[in-house]
Amino acid sequence: MPMDQVAVDHGHDAHDHKPGFFTRWFFSTNHKDIGTLYLVFALVAGIIGYALSGLIRWELAEPGIGPLTGMMEAMYGTTGDAAIEQAKSFYNVVITYHGLIMIFFMVMPALIGGFGNWFVPLMIGAPDMAFPRMNNISFWLTVGGFFLLILSMLVPGGNGVNGFGGGWVLYPPLSAMKGHSGPSMDLLILSLHTIGIASILGAINFIVTILNMRAPGMTMHKMPLFAWSMLVTAILLLLALPVLAGALTMLLTDRNFGSQFFDPSGGGDPIMFQHLFWFFGHPEVYIMILPAFGIISHIVSTFSRKPIFGYLGMAYAMVSIGAIGFIVWAHHMYTVGMPSDMKAYFVAATMVIAVPTGIKIFSWIATMWGGSIDFEVPMVWAIGFIFLFTVGGVTGVVLANAGIDHVLHDSYYVVAHFHYVLSLGAVFGLFAGWYYWFEKMFGVKYNKSLGYWHFWTMFIGSNVLFFPQHFLGLNGMPRRYIDYADGFAMWHYWSSIGYAITLVGTLIFFVGLVEAALRRRKAEANPWGEGATTLEWTLPSPPPFHQFNELPVVKTEGGH
Amino acid sequence: MYLWLLQNRMECSLRYLLAFITAVLSSAAAFAAEPTPGALGFQEPATRIMERVDGFHFFVLIIITLISIFVLALLLWIIVRYNKRRNPVPRKFSHNTLVEVVWTVVPVIILVIIAAPSFSNLFYQENEPDLEAIAESGDLDDPNVFVEAAEQGWITIKAQGNQWNWTYFYKDVLDDGGFPLEFVSNPLHVGTSIDAPVTPDRPRLLAVDYPMVIPVNRYIRYETAASDVIHSWTVPAFGVKTDAVPGRLNSGWFLVTKEGTFYGQCSELCGKNHAYMPIEVRVVSQEAYDRWVEIMLSGDFDAATEFVQTITPADESVRLAMAE
Repeated sequence: MPMDQVAVDHGHDAHDHKPGFFTRWFFSTNHKDIGTLYLVFALVAGIIGYALSGLIRWELAEPGIGPLTGMMEAMYGTTGDAAIEQAKSFYNVVITYHGLIMIFFMVMPALIGGFGNWFVPLMIGAPDMAFPRMNNISFWLTVGGFFLLILSMLVPGGNGVNGFGGGWVLYPPLSAMKGHSGPSMDLLILSLHTIGIASILGAINFIVTILNMRAPGMTMHKMPLFAWSMLVTAILLLLALPVLAGALTMLLTDRNFGSQFFDPSGGGDPIMFQHLFWFFGHPEVYIMILPAFGIISHIVSTFSRKPIFGYLGMAYAMVSIGAIGFIVWAHHMYTVGMPSDMKAYFVAATMVIAVPTGIKIFSWIATMWGGSIDFEVPMVWAIGFIFLFTVGGVTGVVLANAGIDHVLHDSYYVVAHFHYVLSLGAVFGLFAGWYYWFEKMFGVKYNKSLGYWHFWTMFIGSNVLFFPQHFLGLNGMPRRYIDYADGFAMWHYWSSIGYAITLVGTLIFFVGLVEAALRRRKAEANPWGEGATTLEWTLPSPPPFHQFNELPVVKTEGGH
Repeated sequence: MYLWLLQNRMECSLRYLLAFITAVLSSAAAFAAEPTPGALGFQEPATRIMERVDGFHFFVLIIITLISIFVLALLLWIIVRYNKRRNPVPRKFSHNTLVEVVWTVVPVIILVIIAAPSFSNLFYQENEPDLEAIAESGDLDDPNVFVEAAEQGWITIKAQGNQWNWTYFYKDVLDDGGFPLEFVSNPLHVGTSIDAPVTPDRPRLLAVDYPMVIPVNRYIRYETAASDVIHSWTVPAFGVKTDAVPGRLNSGWFLVTKEGTFYGQCSELCGKNHAYMPIEVRVVSQEAYDRWVEIMLSGDFDAATEFVQTITPADESVRLAMAE
């Protein structure tokens, strides 16, 4: 890796005057400020999404319909059976918005908008993003999209309660007028369109920035892996989101203007929506995990004090994961009634993804091998990520087999699988990045003990939460059920206990945040020592308002 | 071939271990074809399809467990051996072609090993067997085909998903007017005050008023359709799950080798009462099935259901499961 040999201009303090509060945070065109805005936004959205999952686990802790009925009494003034009927619909609303918020308004804004905006320009030695004003539009469209989403939760869904309850996959006819006649679904479509535009604009910005604004001497093959991961992510976004937008528009016209794209009574086909949705939906899961891959690579290398093992393999593993991600979508649809040959194809294509993913896992391990590992807070999160992502990955290999998936499809096994790769994968990557770059971004140190406590409570809690869900799924527990057969009670109870443990972890996270904000221990430019070789560590913490006014030069003779 | 041998051997030795663990962890009232408290694995298979899924899943489970343990062991070794106290000076290598080739090729080999039985299983499940060919072959040794059943031909049943119950159409069972036998299978429990009392024979959220009844050891062709939104018809012990999609007629097949009561639950989000449209299948002898059909055709669904409930009580299934 060549990043250890750079020459940087340090004389930019003179021009470091920031605009006033309103101009700085509302009309912001500064990539670091926009990154911070995204992180704050993701934090707020994450609290809401996490609270919704709390409702799910609270309700499912015991058989029968409990807490949600009480909520219905409080929200709608209904009692008895009427409240129970509303609770059933409300549960569907809760799971739907939990999924949508966590995906579109927590993980994506945090990893892409937050860390991507903050560190792509810093790592490639650019003064800012290529289109700073478009960056601002992306952020505020995301906020607008979030308001539309919240609004859609608060207007009638047509299912007896407020909000849309058809699952984050929005399958018609349940999402058509037949299933949800209220305005909630229309607002939801509008919300997803809005953040879709935001993401596409953001993706264009990243692609242009990464391709055109790298520091002199930084060739594509010397670019830090996080920038690689963002490049691949941005290309996936650019290619996948328009397909979702098309499907959503067709749904919108089906609902409101009499078209029948997905309505069989008019010659349409509900399965076509599923194909379009998953053509977007599968790349979407890589959109969520690839930035985490990039972050983990830097952390593993930094704290092992070793260059990343197999840099090119790592970069092209991400490229191939992204490429293959576009040709495996129908493995989400094994039970819809596809021909067996088509299923066989999707089985084969899906399993191929295990190869580049394996390369990444083993390359991280090889990076640590022979290293001199410092178990700082971000490193323990990264090691946790590697193991838990492996567990989530191997259950993906199980589910890839259509024969097995016929039994496990839409069961809790699937829920366990994607929470292992996303909740324990992407989110662990998110926290790893948070603790890795916290000092750099905010200029203050965090309390390390709290960071470790946060890790261990989250590690134990989320495993207790999600591991038993494999057992539930194998034994036949279907997804999206407000109540379950009594035989499932034991593991559901444990799962809810696990949530309670993560709740403690989340509280510790916020205590750590507040503690760091109050104590204001001055951060160092590079707290991690010689292992931290990327350009952001050559700047003070926090970096000046404008950095790299004179571009850093990456020397050509890299230290391979 | 060696794969199947390997798989069967592992099934034999390790399945007992898993069954033992499951038995230890589950309560005494274990019933094979419904969710079991504390269960770690599948419900007891009742079809050849599910037996194969079970065996194949177990095979994959062993592989993925070994991979996970391998990764964990490497990580633990690294933590112990390459921390900064024991290894103050890091090594500087960043390439090793041999290792990189190995960790690319070995996963490919493992995937091929998984894919072979995977495809064979998939096609077994997916491709409707040719009953005439099976009957002619007279092959009694092949566990995948059932000659006697093949000689009797198909029974075709359509399950139509509605918000929120299932309508069953017995396409081969025609009434005097030439219409197929048709009845709606409603849940006994919807979580409200009108719920029927829960008994061992009427487990909560699983039992229905008029179950689907099929004869044991007969080839069943099931079709799924939907009248409103997408539903999904499944019975975990049979290893089948097929979405019921408006405007489509999907189909599949199975042959149940055990008499008893089997439960499934709608497996595609379909709105408010998604959790309250269970599937109950009573598998009975051919004679009992014929008698049930007779009573059903007379229009007395209650009497017909009472009849099958008396011949397939839950405790008998427990006895059968214990005997396995």
